[in-house]
Amino acid sequence: MRHPIRLITCLSLALTMGLAGCASRPVMQDGILINDPYEAQNRRVHAFNKALDAKIVGPVSDLALSDDEPAPAGTDAGGIKPLDLVINIGSNLSLPGKAVNSLLQGRPGPAAKNISRFAVNSTLGIAGLLDPAGSHMGLTEVDTDFGETLAVWGVPEGAYLELPVLGPSTQRDSFGKGVDVLIDPFGLVLDWWPGRAVEYTLRIASKAGERARFGDTVDSVLQDSADSYAQTRLIYLMHRRHDVGEEGAEFDPYDDPYAEPGQEAGFIDPYAAE
Amino acid sequence: MPRSDRRSVLALIAGAAVLLPLRPALALDANASQALIRNAVTDVYAVINSGQPPAQMYRQFEAVLARYGDVNIMARSVLGPAARQIDAAQFAAYRQAFQGYMGRKYGKRFREFVGGKVEVGAARPLKSYYAVDATAYLNGRAPMEIEWHVSDKSGRVLFFNLIIEGVNMLASERAEMAAMLARRNGDVAALTADLQKAG
Repeated sequence: MRHPIRLITCLSLALTMGLAGCASRPVMQDGILINDPYEAQNRRVHAFNKALDAKIVGPVSDLALSDDEPAPAGTDAGGIKPLDLVINIGSNLSLPGKAVNSLLQGRPGPAAKNISRFAVNSTLGIAGLLDPAGSHMGLTEVDTDFGETLAVWGVPEGAYLELPVLGPSTQRDSFGKGVDVLIDPFGLVLDWWPGRAVEYTLRIASKAGERARFGDTVDSVLQDSADSYAQTRLIYLMHRRHDVGEEGAEFDPYDDPYAEPGQEAGFIDPYAAE
Repeated sequence: MPRSDRRSVLALIAGAAVLLPLRPALALDANASQALIRNAVTDVYAVINSGQPPAQMYRQFEAVLARYGDVNIMARSVLGPAARQIDAAQFAAYRQAFQGYMGRKYGKRFREFVGGKVEVGAARPLKSYYAVDATAYLNGRAPMEIEWHVSDKSGRVLFFNLIIEGVNMLASERAEMAAMLARRNGDVAALTADLQKAG
């Protein structure tokens, strides 16, 4: 029985498709193109996510991290920590879906790499708890998802969205998240209960583990920024465009140190001398 | 080769020979750019591995930034049009506060590099400057791409921007300064005071 996941997926697809109907003119801001017609709604979701992070996710992460402090200088930092195991097992389960996406993008190389990684870590790595593929064979993870597949197929990014709990996204990436659940190869071999419920629990735990590991960085963006919404949006869009190969801003501050971001809707050439 | 051409080539070489020793720091090329970033990374790791208390480390990161980076142009660029409306003394105070803020803010992130390593790759010309590619290998984390932008337009070969996995430092700090300045209704002196505590 796989209905609950289907229902969530359909809802998320319907939501993003519905939103895709609306459109507004993107503006240049801080050197990148920002398309955020739902900013008011997004800011409300951001306030919710920020509070959730401060009250629940952050403190729980800190607890998980308390015995996972970085090793002091000069000591052997190669030891295996509980948090590594949690992160490893969940990210291992995400590999088959990533391989499917690489194939859909016409990239058999990365697909083969992720499948080899999955094979090695699921066996030698004891069901993905350890990462011998990455640490000893150079088979590091090639991160991808259906959002990137859509980008490769030429689907535009769409509007920026901040999703409850899940955080920053775009219409294309939100749609992609839903499709990723549907095309996950585990769906072919596992029933919803208990197989995929366990799979998703482990994958969510892995994400939470990563949140714990990079908690300081997340905290600094969320809690220390003057406008954490704008900062989150900017960082997400720049990072995401880099990942899917849509390059972003090139700053040449020597040519135009005073270039005013977002002055006009349209392209600001940072190289144009004043 | 006609005689006159040869003479002008000789004159050029002679001219270059006179100029080069006078301005050695101006030679912006792939090697100089790569060497700058190599040295900066070495210094950053020396601070990370020194095991000092955080406050002391941040001051040393700030010194590394001031030594290898063009803080002046970074400070000016992220402040945007407001930089034109203040006098030199006000700008100098803001620039100093910005430098400390950067040392603390990025110093905190650098501390996560403990136990990892940064490999500095090749430099390549980009627009009117050089980009130096580097890869950070951190514990339990996929390798991170770091790109440094190096220029000699300040009169010395210095870096002025870094891009970590697509996240552009100048763009990110520009947004942050704009938000901090808006909170102070455009008052750069108040922003300067805020920067002394931020990061």
